[in-house]
Amino acid sequence: MHDSAFQIFINVLLANNFVLAMFLGLCPFLGVSGKLNTAFPMGVATTFVMLVASLCAYGLNLLLSSIHLEFLRLISYIVVIAASVQLVEMVLKKYSPTLFRALGIYLPLITTNCAVLGVALFQTAREYDFIQSLTFSFGGGAGFTLALVLMASVRERVELSNVPDVLQGTALTLMLAGVLSLAFMGFAGIGA
Amino acid sequence: MNIQIMPAPQVTPQVTPTATLLRVLGLISAICGLIIVGSYEITLPAANANRRLALERAVFKVMPAAKSIAEYIALPAGGIQPVEGGESPVGAVKFFAAYDADKKLVGVAAEGGAKGYADTVRIMYGYDPDCQCIVGIGVVSMRETPGIGDKIITDKSFLANFTALDVKLNAELAALANDVKAVKHGTKSNPWQIDAIAGATITSRAVGKAINDSAQNLLPKLVPNLDKIRSKS
Amino acid sequence: MSAATANNFEELMQGIWRENPTFVMVLGMCPTLAVTVSAMNALTMGVATALVLIASCGLVSMMRNIIPKEVRIATYIVIIATFVTAVDYAIQAISLALYDALGAFIQLIVVNCIILGRAEAHASKAPPMPAMINAVGMGVGFTIGLLSLGVVREILGAGTLFGVSLFGANFQPWVVMVLPPGGFFVLGSWLLFFAWNERRKQVRGEMQNA
Repeated sequence: MHDSAFQIFINVLLANNFVLAMFLGLCPFLGVSGKLNTAFPMGVATTFVMLVASLCAYGLNLLLSSIHLEFLRLISYIVVIAASVQLVEMVLKKYSPTLFRALGIYLPLITTNCAVLGVALFQTAREYDFIQSLTFSFGGGAGFTLALVLMASVRERVELSNVPDVLQGTALTLMLAGVLSLAFMGFAGIGA
Repeated sequence: MNIQIMPAPQVTPQVTPTATLLRVLGLISAICGLIIVGSYEITLPAANANRRLALERAVFKVMPAAKSIAEYIALPAGGIQPVEGGESPVGAVKFFAAYDADKKLVGVAAEGGAKGYADTVRIMYGYDPDCQCIVGIGVVSMRETPGIGDKIITDKSFLANFTALDVKLNAELAALANDVKAVKHGTKSNPWQIDAIAGATITSRAVGKAINDSAQNLLPKLVPNLDKIRSKS
Repeated sequence: MSAATANNFEELMQGIWRENPTFVMVLGMCPTLAVTVSAMNALTMGVATALVLIASCGLVSMMRNIIPKEVRIATYIVIIATFVTAVDYAIQAISLALYDALGAFIQLIVVNCIILGRAEAHASKAPPMPAMINAVGMGVGFTIGLLSLGVVREILGAGTLFGVSLFGANFQPWVVMVLPPGGFFVLGSWLLFFAWNERRKQVRGEMQNA
């Protein structure tokens, strides 16, 4: 692949947004997007984990390919992701305990966030080099944060409106996500 | 009454000693390692057979006159050699020499890939050395939008682009004389251009880019060495 | 029915209806929306996830007494990743077309919250047989959830079911159904339907008691 770093960044931020186009990271998207002031830090924390995971995945892939143990790829990726989440948890606990408590259970759940593992898997499949991988993971995290923030803003407004109660909850969030996804389809071809 | 308040029994939290931790982790790793390696080895022959079959089917589709295939690689420094069982050197380009019933070369098939709308579009194209043109394409894998991007498989006028797509080399035999590119629907004016599908420009462009990138890489290395593969060894 | 069989049946049904992963617990959303563009893909993904679920719960349950609790989540993840790798290779050996269609989502079964959740909540505390039966129930429930999306999206978005054309050549497919927004809309509609159904039962119950 000879896409430039900028092309990759713009593409994964908008046209192939991790949440709205590739369906990665949906559990936290549906769970944490209720309030803007938890959505944004969650996005930032996930982006950080994605960056670390991407770096480690790149290195691990080089190592495993050179010793022909490719079948250990998946296990090593997920172990590295679990370790980086632990790291982020410890850092947050020390430097921002309020944020740590606000994010609650969703912080360790970044380990099972498909988007983080997805970053590692996709960059391996597309055979991105080092710079491309970094921009891909940063763009992916930024796209995830963008989707979260947009959804949180909409949901905060919607809470003040008259929504039929059969629709409330996850059904409404999904419908909103569908409309957002439809809107993002307008970015098709950017960075292609 | 003598009420005796007993001190609460000492409850020490159960902390697993490191030795046990290591032993259990070692056991789990061993079991998991066995399962992974076992499943890899057991499925390898079947998976490889599947891949081989899919590849052969793709080659026969782009070169219908072919009856048998031989795999070759073009080395980065120039020159071609048959694929041995071992490792291909880094940067080597794989291609398939297709032979008819008399073991004479009918053409060469190779794969190319480029980013389409959703993900990579992989194309297999057939190259005829006598006319120095591409004579057919087949889609190996794609994840384009159904009803829009997937027209590259079915649209007859799009596929007609590839019955004689000019991929002549320039005078120095170092690159294609003209880049293979997709142009807006209805504006094709040269044999090396591809008329894009109206409304599916991104996917059409991906097909053009896939062929161009692959041909630019392969043909300058292949054409000077064509005589080596004219008849099946 | 003996008590044991009744219990086992309960375990099985729990995953299929009362605690259906897709519609009740809203877990495992990523593959649910991503691979349900056709009924066949949905079925394959459901079966693959069910297999990983059963195997992982079985192994976790068998080792539940020796896994130290400090490292239990990490251990569960390693076990799940092992079986996902095995299933990944198995699908490659069975059908390359299916493998291409499901793509990276086979490997993403590792982070499917359903499996880790079941291992932690159930398999680590129950003997192998009930754990695996419960896993079968969950797997079937998940597959049903996937199929209900896959069938709707394929019929509306492509006019076919399992590849068999239903409406003939003149059918104009509702293409958005097989695109990302369609996935969100269809799942939202299903949840809406179930909520409406619940509400109807509730109202009827109230009217009867009034």
